[in-house]
Amino acid sequence: MEFLRHTLENGLEGVAERNAEAHSLGLGFFVQAGSRDETDALAGVSHFLEHMVFKGTATRTADDVNREFDDMGAHYNAFTTEENTVYYAAVLPECQPRCLDLLADILRPSLRQEDFDTEKQVIIEEIRMYEDQPPFGADDQCKATHFGSHPLSRSVLGTVASITNLPADEMRAYFAHRYSPANMVLAAAGRVDFDQLAEQAERVCGGWPRTAAHRRLPAADPHSSFDVIHRPSANQQYALQLMNGPAAEDDDRFAAKLLATIIGDDSGSRFYWELVDTGLAEQANLGHYEYQGAGVYMAYLSCEPQQAASNLQCIANIYRQVEREGVRAEELAQAQTKVKARVVLSSERPRNRLFSVGGNWISQREYRSVRADLAAVDAVTVDAVQRVLAKYPLSINTTLAIGPQARIARPQ
Amino acid sequence: MTQSIHSHTYENGLVLVAEPMRSLESAAFTFLVPAGCCYDPDDRSGLSAFTCEMALRGAGPRDSRAFVQDLENLGVERAESVSAAHVSYSGATLAGNLLPALAIYADLVRRPHLPADQLPAGRMVVLQDLRAIEDDPAQKVMLELRRRHYPNPWGRPSQGEQQALEETTIDEIRDHFCGLYRPCGTILGVAGRFTWRRLKDWVGGLFGDWCGADIGLPAAGQTGAKQTHMAHPSNQTQIGIAYRSVPYRHPDYFQAWGSVGVLSGGMSSRLFTEVRERRGLCYSVYASLHTQRDRACVLCYAGTSADRAQETLDVTLAELRRLAAGIEPVELDRLKARIKSALIMQQESSSARSGALARDWYHLGQARTLDEIGRLVDELSCEGINAYLAANPPDDFTLVTVGPSALKMPVAAL
Repeated sequence: MEFLRHTLENGLEGVAERNAEAHSLGLGFFVQAGSRDETDALAGVSHFLEHMVFKGTATRTADDVNREFDDMGAHYNAFTTEENTVYYAAVLPECQPRCLDLLADILRPSLRQEDFDTEKQVIIEEIRMYEDQPPFGADDQCKATHFGSHPLSRSVLGTVASITNLPADEMRAYFAHRYSPANMVLAAAGRVDFDQLAEQAERVCGGWPRTAAHRRLPAADPHSSFDVIHRPSANQQYALQLMNGPAAEDDDRFAAKLLATIIGDDSGSRFYWELVDTGLAEQANLGHYEYQGAGVYMAYLSCEPQQAASNLQCIANIYRQVEREGVRAEELAQAQTKVKARVVLSSERPRNRLFSVGGNWISQREYRSVRADLAAVDAVTVDAVQRVLAKYPLSINTTLAIGPQARIARPQ
Repeated sequence: MTQSIHSHTYENGLVLVAEPMRSLESAAFTFLVPAGCCYDPDDRSGLSAFTCEMALRGAGPRDSRAFVQDLENLGVERAESVSAAHVSYSGATLAGNLLPALAIYADLVRRPHLPADQLPAGRMVVLQDLRAIEDDPAQKVMLELRRRHYPNPWGRPSQGEQQALEETTIDEIRDHFCGLYRPCGTILGVAGRFTWRRLKDWVGGLFGDWCGADIGLPAAGQTGAKQTHMAHPSNQTQIGIAYRSVPYRHPDYFQAWGSVGVLSGGMSSRLFTEVRERRGLCYSVYASLHTQRDRACVLCYAGTSADRAQETLDVTLAELRRLAAGIEPVELDRLKARIKSALIMQQESSSARSGALARDWYHLGQARTLDEIGRLVDELSCEGINAYLAANPPDDFTLVTVGPSALKMPVAAL
């Protein structure tokens, strides 16, 4: 494994983790443009723009774009989060130049009005699809309640109203501002020819104009509330919880991830033994998610409606107990083994390494090898977990339940 | 690509099929146990899934807590699923932990406790899995489509039915286990970093004295209704369409597979282009070839707002019918490029490969190397696929919709 880096004059940074043993490579542009960079009038524009990027350029139609990706047998897609929009493809090594040529070209999209109008319908269908699925939009609502006026409160998809009312010109202005080369990273992982990548990037991206794109990074205040949305047509009851945790640049994030594994992993955790193994809940899990300048834990519960109150009480008890007594050494060791195995297994695919290399660089300008991540997991102690718990208590949380139960008693 | 696949059939009928992947640090395994939901008695649907759930609650020297903890201390990422033919137990871990993990799984498939005191908890788990489907119309439409398209019991959902799950006793679960968990017909696929001779001896030591007689497959009964609407208070209408195809071991399989790849694969495929890209009718639309050993079908899905659902159905059916007129050489070239890179990338995942090896053996009585599959794909021609499509045009559709209102199936499509 070798880490390589090249910066263009316009500010575009290229980074790669080269693995001569790999069969393929992953290539991607990571753009710092997400829902946290939007305003009310622009709600959902980052994600809508992600769709529009595939709709053609000055020299390619939308059909050309799809066809050319398929011609090289690429596994390609894009996704948008609160923080980034990522365009990526996994290809065989011989396709590297064609793949970069195509990815770079679509990053300068035409954003034609006709395509905008058609794709608007697809976005609205996507929003309606999620509204029909558990937890029926409660995840966005929980985030909005938890973060309040903080930029991370915003929905990635936006709403049917915000998408319907969005003019194409506003998207074009947003694009010109956020898709500056200095606000994105070109990342690669796997069997990459980096000299060729850097040379080609100079040619195909060197002319992109640089603009100043800023991001606000205010602190996120803790929040505590308990709400229930009545949805009589649902069969199961669902509940979400958000609580503050370590941010992406905080070394305590590894302790937080291990704590979340001990408390709420899908298997073998405290939630698992109390709620899932016993059949009291269909799902009960806890994860840690990191952002620039903020972090959260998110808990998710689905269960029979009449079990919701007692299950939420059980979760509250688990939080209080761990805050009081901490975690046991053998629990931590088991979580460390589990997390390390997952890191190694997922790193076998270059496209997974791409997300780690590109994601760390766009967020922190930091390269982290698999070895470094494994060492960071190993270094976490019982005391470190206790310190994180004291700083970010799980029992101070934003809870939102949705389902057939109109009222649920707030846990004591 | 150069691969070698090892296989061994033990005296009791258990098959081990394994492929070394020396560039990986991991190893993965998939047990296919011939105890799928096609064996569920009509009044005990869900029995296979319930038995699978109970088998995880302690085996051999371990109670359920020790079972989970010991696997986690070996770093095993595990998964279980139930299909019509099989219960699948799979796992992946660091290569050095493969053999001890297999020893724990030997207890699971041979010596589960099936503890009576955990029956109520197990029952609640399987009942919740069933309830969850009712909140997920996109999953429900495809389960109901399969149920109607395939002859009973080959299309039934593994999750079973509420009353049957509520009435199932621990004795029924134990009988089900004793009758069906057997070496003959069980296939263990392994892929990743391992030494073949050591693996073969180790598996022989764990399973060599496992006994059990072979059991035939249940006969195929009636198929269900051709057109069904299920009312659901949702924004979108979920559309599921099925038509018959040929199974994996059929000589025409790759022709059929190729034709579905043109219909739905990359973003330049016909369904994505016509339904989503040109008309903006939906976010999600796809078709895939679903194969059992003796039958297969193409399953198509589209989900869209109720007021656009009829147009989505009409456009989707028009594309299915247009397929009968044949595919273009450029479509085949793209398909081959996609499959070729997918095959090479399969060498980067031991989990994907171990499952593919076991399934290959089930369908063919042998496992194909990625080179062999690559050659079969290279041999595909437009003429071959078009001849197949002319002889087997998509027709006789089964339609299931889930949503606020029913759709009209054009008479010619029925």
